[in-house]
Amino acid sequence: MALYSEKVMDHFRNPRNVGVIEDANGIGEVGNAKCGDIMKMYLKIEDDIVQDVKFETFGCGSAIASSSMATELIKGKPVSEVAQLTNKAVAEALDGLPAYKMHCSVLAEEAIQSALADYYSKKEATAE
Amino acid sequence: MIYADNAATTKMSEAAINTMLNVMKESYGNPSSLYGIGQHAKEILEEARVKIASVIGADPGEITFTSGGSEADNQAIVSAAELGRKKGKMHIISTAIEHHAVLHTLEKLKKEGFDITLLDVHENGIVRPEEVEAAIRDDTCLVTIMYANNEIGTIQPIREIGAICRSRNVLFHTDAVQAIAHIPVNVKDDNIDMLSSSAHKYHGPKGVGFLYAKKGIRLTNIIEGGAQERGKRAGTENVPGIAAMAEALQEADTHMAENAAHMAAMRDKLIAGLREIPHAALNGDAEHRLPGNVNFCFEGIEGESLLLLLDDKGIQASSGSACTSGSLDPSHVLLAIGRVHDVAHGSLRLSIGEEITEEEVDYIIKSVKDVVGYLRSFSPVWRDLCAGKTPFIL
Ligand SMILES: Cc1ncc(COP(=O)(O)O)c(C=O)c1O
Ligand SMILES: [Zn+2]
Repeated sequence: MALYSEKVMDHFRNPRNVGVIEDANGIGEVGNAKCGDIMKMYLKIEDDIVQDVKFETFGCGSAIASSSMATELIKGKPVSEVAQLTNKAVAEALDGLPAYKMHCSVLAEEAIQSALADYYSKKEATAE
Repeated sequence: MIYADNAATTKMSEAAINTMLNVMKESYGNPSSLYGIGQHAKEILEEARVKIASVIGADPGEITFTSGGSEADNQAIVSAAELGRKKGKMHIISTAIEHHAVLHTLEKLKKEGFDITLLDVHENGIVRPEEVEAAIRDDTCLVTIMYANNEIGTIQPIREIGAICRSRNVLFHTDAVQAIAHIPVNVKDDNIDMLSSSAHKYHGPKGVGFLYAKKGIRLTNIIEGGAQERGKRAGTENVPGIAAMAEALQEADTHMAENAAHMAAMRDKLIAGLREIPHAALNGDAEHRLPGNVNFCFEGIEGESLLLLLDDKGIQASSGSACTSGSLDPSHVLLAIGRVHDVAHGSLRLSIGEEITEEEVDYIIKSVKDVVGYLRSFSPVWRDLCAGKTPFIL
């Protein structure tokens, strides 16, 4: 048996939405180099829809695959829906992760929530 | 496929496989039985003991067969601890970079009241004999220091440490699992009282090894039962495995000089090639190093993804990153030589075999360069380093 599902390996080998959005209006970075996984999410939100999303990840196969899958799950979705994204949904979409790798999918959820929070706080700041 | 994880385990040699098959087919008797095929198995067992003893400069009666390196480490340390306890000597000296078979046994003894000193191995991954000498106390019952490290390949000054222990009348054990059959090891010349070895690190089978204990050292049983191994290790002997181990050891020993020369040349070529990668560093001393070991840290990337992508390119290697170990901490060995967490996660160990070719080394260098470059291209850590937001460490 392989360590990872074929889906995980596919997203790891060919990560979707890799890179940076220069004019992102929501950016979130979670994790730290101490624990070994760091994710950075860039969101471009217009009319309450995630028009574009990109990520950068320093981490294991599961971290890279989780980031990639998470971006696919939220791209084109309304922010209300994105706010509901859970790590469980990311892991399920990847056909599962080994138990000790679940924390990597938690990071993907947290990175997106952190980017959303950044978007809302920026929006509030400009509204004032 | 380029198998570069020989420190994890090796492919069995043809000679070892054939020996094992022959013993399984032809000599299936129990060495403890008195009839012909039993006694024949007993002969095979004793021949193996003689072969192994002669390779390391021991007497056959000083060799105890075990289920591998871990069991030999456990038994050596527990035995020395029991001898010490009887005399009220409950201090043990070791290093921070030992294999877990040693470290976890020491932790267990600590709970029983033993005092454990783990010596620093400094940046180069090597223990200083004068620090061993200084650490020895009146109540020290054992010094246990590995011959060569499994991760960074550093070779310890075993002969000098052994001489110090002899002069201070302290038992000296060495975990020689990575050293035996790769570099010359002789228990007499090296002043070794106890030594652990494991067959699968030198093209023998897995699950078999041996403990050398100098005559007069009373071993404590780890496994109770029958009277096998002079009553010191119960259980019907793994005769096919033991015969194959002896065969593999003898074969490796015969070709050691030529193999080591070739591997060291390939190792140095690999090191030179990987040094061209910016912000990378070799882990462990470059000179006092196993002929097959290369271990690097690359800043800005994580080790597991590096391994997976190298596997896609047909190269099997290993890493000390946390994500490959299932714990949150990277390798204790890399931390002990002063690599901080951030950098230790991006480590790569290549442990090459005797059959490696120059073309394969070139291919490995190119592949590692490509994969490190690719992973850095979307690493937020690398971006911050390049932007000057965080300082480079390497
Ligand atoms: C230095 C060292 N000691 C002990 C062991 C354990 O040997 P075994 O796998 O035979 O129990 C190993 C192998 O992983 C090792 O590299
Ligand atoms: Zn991870």
